[in-house]
Amino acid sequence: MIRIKCPYCGERDHSEFTYGGDASIQYPSLDGTEKEWVEAIFFRKNIFGKQLETWHHANGCRMWLEVERSTTTHEIYSVKPCHPEMKKVLEKKDPNDL
Amino acid sequence: MTRFNAWNVFKNGLIGQTDWDRQWRDPEPKKEYDVIIVGGGLHGLATAYYLAKNHNIKNIAVVEKGWIGGGNAGRNTTIIRSNYMMPGNHQFYEHSLKLWENLSHELNYNVMFSQRAHISLFHSPAARDAAARRYNIMNLNGTEAELWNLGQLKKNIPHLNYEDARFPIIGAAVQRRAGNARHDSVAWGYARAGDELGVDILQNCEVTGVKRNKGRIEHLETSRGLIKAKKVGFAVAGNTSRLWEMAELGNLPIETHKLQAFVTESIKPLLDQVVVYGVGGAHFYISQTDKGSMVFGGDLDWYKSYAQRGNLPIVQDSAEAAMAILPCLGRIRLIRHWAGVMDMTMDGSFFICKTPIENLYLNAGWNYGGFKASPASGWYFADLIATELPHKYIQHHNLERFEKGINLDERGAGPDPKLHG
Ligand SMILES: Cc1cc2nc3c(=O)[nH]c(=O)nc-3n(C[C@H](O)[C@H](O)[C@H](O)COP(=O)(O)OP(=O)(O)OC[C@H]3O[C@@H](n4cnc5c(N)ncnc54)[C@H](O)[C@@H]3O)c2cc1C
Ligand SMILES: [Zn+2]
Repeated sequence: MIRIKCPYCGERDHSEFTYGGDASIQYPSLDGTEKEWVEAIFFRKNIFGKQLETWHHANGCRMWLEVERSTTTHEIYSVKPCHPEMKKVLEKKDPNDL
Repeated sequence: MTRFNAWNVFKNGLIGQTDWDRQWRDPEPKKEYDVIIVGGGLHGLATAYYLAKNHNIKNIAVVEKGWIGGGNAGRNTTIIRSNYMMPGNHQFYEHSLKLWENLSHELNYNVMFSQRAHISLFHSPAARDAAARRYNIMNLNGTEAELWNLGQLKKNIPHLNYEDARFPIIGAAVQRRAGNARHDSVAWGYARAGDELGVDILQNCEVTGVKRNKGRIEHLETSRGLIKAKKVGFAVAGNTSRLWEMAELGNLPIETHKLQAFVTESIKPLLDQVVVYGVGGAHFYISQTDKGSMVFGGDLDWYKSYAQRGNLPIVQDSAEAAMAILPCLGRIRLIRHWAGVMDMTMDGSFFICKTPIENLYLNAGWNYGGFKASPASGWYFADLIATELPHKYIQHHNLERFEKGINLDERGAGPDPKLHG
């Protein structure tokens, strides 16, 4: 079992999460060229080693996380929220105090 | 080479099996080959064989980093079928099945091909309609297919859970000519037959670099030295992206995921067919080997990985899926499980195509289904390498199909490789 340290819930089995995929994809602007879009949607580096990817804590806080993990050993190097602004909001004592 | 026939088996039975030749040589790499195939799995070995057999090319090597058949070739659940629908895929897999039907004779090697039928269960009227559509298309295309009602199913496979399954079984789509074969035998059979036609099989020979001179490959750097090649074919399954990167070719529409297989202790004959089902996101397939073990598998491990090592949640999922339709297996013990690294593609279909490098050819993207494809894959890849012209069955199995918008997506799952089971 891989264990992922969710910044909101703590360390959990990876079976609580669903796998999002490559987090390094940069989508082109809406008026980007067809070639740029084909590359972003269909082509992957398919990294052998350390890669950035997204996981969704589907059976937990339901937050998306950005995880640095090895595709050869499955070791996890770092976990952080995909949307840091969201984290800030959640950490506010009074959520209405934006 | 001593041929396998009744007389030689009988004679060797009398003399303690002492008069058999080596099955294939263990040569030193030559300085140069006309064609080098990288990857000693089923696709690489079959390609080398058909290059020699169908195209009369003599100076061929297969280079394999470990031992032949040590990759997915020796890790799969050996299901062979041709129930495909998309143009190109259908003809290709049907041709493959025809090659399987004669393969033991062709190679003079018993690949233990057993046409025991592939039974794809369905659990709802909607699933039955979808199967009926697919199997009608197969019939129209000349591949015999049937739909069984519950009565026929019970008669043929009495042990399934017809009582209280969470998803009640209501019938099945059946391909009678489908079945299994012995995976190792296929690798050894192609290796032996290729070797006899002069193919050098170079094991423990890892490609570590691809030396390019502009638009051509000059030589391969390997753990057994530099080897020059007039033409190079990649057939390395889950490792395709790594070789692609060595050739400085950028990205591919492929992700590497791992798939597990499971085997139990042996029991008396229980299941005569290959039984498959997919419902509510689960996916499961099972058959019984000639030794009596139940062999089964399910979904990918769901996250990208190059580790040939399975994770525990899928062990549980697959065991649950087994129990759902075959509760009689409840007390059987699992004795082994393992994983292979799959070359999953953006539309679930394969690539047999040319590449941006003039003398490099690509064979990849086999997803879960490359075992059944092995003979045809070798056949058409050899044809492409020898003639330079993509055969019409594989003319769209190239890397350009995505930009052209002609994806070959049998499942309609979209550009997410892990969903193309
Ligand atoms: C668990 C599991 C179950 C499956 N079940 C089925 C099934 O029921 N039916 C079906 O049709 N298909 C099935 N498959 C898929 C099928 O096994 C594969 O699609 C097929 O075997 C891939 O082709 P191959 O045999 O050539 O690959 P492989 O046997 O993986 O061959 C690739 C070879 O390339 C070598 N290689 C890699 N990098 C290098 C390098 N740098 N230098 C030299 N050599 C290198 C590897 O060592 C390997 O031996 C299954 C796969 C798995 C893992
Ligand atoms: Zn969480």
